[in-house]
Amino acid sequence: MDLTNIAFIAFSAITLICALMVVLARNPIYSVIFLILTMFSLTGHYVLLQAQFIAVINIIVYAGAIMVLFLFVLMLMNMNASNEPNKSLLWKVLAGFISGGTLITLLVIYLKNMGDIPIQPTNNSALGAALPPDFGYVKPLGKMLFTDYVFPFEIASILFIAAMVGAVFLGSREKRTDN
Amino acid sequence: MNLIGFENYLWLASALFCIGLLGALVRRNVIILLMCIELMLNASNLLLVVFAKMFGQMNGHIFVFFSMLVAAAEVAVGLALIVLIYRKFKTIDSSFLDNLKG
Repeated sequence: MDLTNIAFIAFSAITLICALMVVLARNPIYSVIFLILTMFSLTGHYVLLQAQFIAVINIIVYAGAIMVLFLFVLMLMNMNASNEPNKSLLWKVLAGFISGGTLITLLVIYLKNMGDIPIQPTNNSALGAALPPDFGYVKPLGKMLFTDYVFPFEIASILFIAAMVGAVFLGSREKRTDN
Repeated sequence: MNLIGFENYLWLASALFCIGLLGALVRRNVIILLMCIELMLNASNLLLVVFAKMFGQMNGHIFVFFSMLVAAAEVAVGLALIVLIYRKFKTIDSSFLDNLKG
């Protein structure tokens, strides 16, 4: 058995178990920790898929910034007490049916269209074109980002300014929240 | 070298998405709702990377990049809103936040 296959199976198992534990953990702190583990195993998947730059920024942005923000807010508000009341049993069963039905629908769609999906990709791309040797590196990605996608890039910077101003404004008005 | 079929990634990403959907439907803590949305976003990111490898083009990586940017902005504003809600109502249980219900 190939080492890549073993790594894929291990990373998939860690991803799914940690994602389930995010949902099932009673303590929100544990949920954040399991979500960080999920991010790390997804980073392993990105490395397996030759997306090195995406793997690095997945660790930096998700596990480094977003998860720390979650942990910071949880500990700031002192909500690690697991006193969350349960939803009703009917709603739980209904939610299980909705998400399970979505999963089954997706699987049926995949199985119906399985002929279009290449089963065993080689080192080349599945559709016949060879992968470029610098696939997933920073240089071609940066070139593409600043030529073809330069307009969405600037729009994203405007979005970030708006988000930053909004977060600072919302976080700094505690004196006026009671009227 | 890489003998993993792409359909395995399809199944993994759909399972991840459905776990996130289940959490978003079942849990009542608003912060855990945000985290389940992050799970669903990550499932779609994984599929974008898989399709980028499958087609041999790197446009999917750019889309993952922008998706991460939008997720970061969303979490920043969302957590600021959650802090405000907690200060005003002293709870972040989503079933108590029904002031807009007619």
